[in-house]
Amino acid sequence: MNTIKPFEDMIDDPALTMTAEKLRVLQVNVGSLCNLSCKHCHIEAGPQRTEVMTRETMRHVLRVLPNFETLDITGGSPEMNPNFRWLVDEAVKLGVHVIVRSNLVILTEKGYEDIPEFLADRKVEIVASLPYYSENDCDRQRGKGTFKAVISMLKKLNTLGYGRDEDLTLDLVYNPGGAFLPPTQSELEKEYRHRLREDYGIEFTHLFTITNNPIGRFGEFLRRTGNFDRYMKRLCDAFNPSTLEGMMCRFQMSVGWDGKLYDCDFNQPLGLTINGPQNISELQEIHSRRIKFGNHCYACTAGSGSSCGGTTA
Amino acid sequence: MDSYYNPEDLGKFATMGEFAPELWEKFMAYYGAVFEAGALTKREKALIALAVAHAVQCPYCIDAYTQSCLENGANEEQMTEAVHVACALRGGASLVHGVQMKNTAKGLSL
Repeated sequence: MNTIKPFEDMIDDPALTMTAEKLRVLQVNVGSLCNLSCKHCHIEAGPQRTEVMTRETMRHVLRVLPNFETLDITGGSPEMNPNFRWLVDEAVKLGVHVIVRSNLVILTEKGYEDIPEFLADRKVEIVASLPYYSENDCDRQRGKGTFKAVISMLKKLNTLGYGRDEDLTLDLVYNPGGAFLPPTQSELEKEYRHRLREDYGIEFTHLFTITNNPIGRFGEFLRRTGNFDRYMKRLCDAFNPSTLEGMMCRFQMSVGWDGKLYDCDFNQPLGLTINGPQNISELQEIHSRRIKFGNHCYACTAGSGSSCGGTTA
Repeated sequence: MDSYYNPEDLGKFATMGEFAPELWEKFMAYYGAVFEAGALTKREKALIALAVAHAVQCPYCIDAYTQSCLENGANEEQMTEAVHVACALRGGASLVHGVQMKNTAKGLSL
């Protein structure tokens, strides 16, 4: 990252280095524990990880949640947190929109079979990983057998109304299977819709294309294979200033498993806590704050931009 | 010079505009327009370009359009099929010229 211009120098308008006055999303990473060990995971989540958010920390999440429109629950596999169902229930009671980021494979495993109905009953939005519409490509990135498991779960979610009914949103997430940028979101969405409908009869709401961030397990891959400099140059060359206004960090706050506060989920593994209170237990009022940037932020501003909700420009 | 082909040279492509800037700009404007989505998607155009890159055996183009195919949502299965299309055309083009051989041989033979 030393050979390219520091990311913050790319932002001419100081206002764009600040969060918006009103934040929309509280994203909560409830733990690094996961049933999968995907090659692109910036959290380096996996079955061997032990970090999970406690109910006490979740109580603080719920205390500040009315300041936001949306609770975005991520991980790891969030379903593996023993307090997952409780958190969803309490958040729904508060009337906020709830999103769960699921790998879907976990929902096919013992002890989690009730979760599809649980989420459907509460109108929780599901955002599910599906890096490609073919088995080889998906399994190479996420592990053997993941594609078939996801396909079977998507079919089940469809039968519950997910991806078909207006109030049961089922979004899919594409991550590039290597050191390259994602395709145009709208074009790939058409291709996904066609393939999944024709091959499996599956429907979904939207596809989000997300750029791989050069940190965590993906960052290690880049360094191990000698791709790091080329990938960073690719991101830097594709820098698009029109993505700055819509950067997700400007409209959210991110909470780590231990309650630490970040501008985004990518800043978590880098230990870049926010300017302000360091832990959600200390958070009282929410003010506009100066965002902490690093050169990994080029991933969110390349091409059409990237966020947890897909492209931003 | 260690090699006629150096990967870094791809990044120097724009130096071809140094003595003919107007021609370069016209070429680049045309080039950019060609690869915009139209009746064909960007992915389909990238796959065609990849096949042509193999037919003309340009290592710069193979490098660039392998990346472009991946960034436009193609996978290795689709890209391999595209290379086979180039291969079939190149092979077929050789083979169909065998008709000329036959014509010539026929003309010369008793």
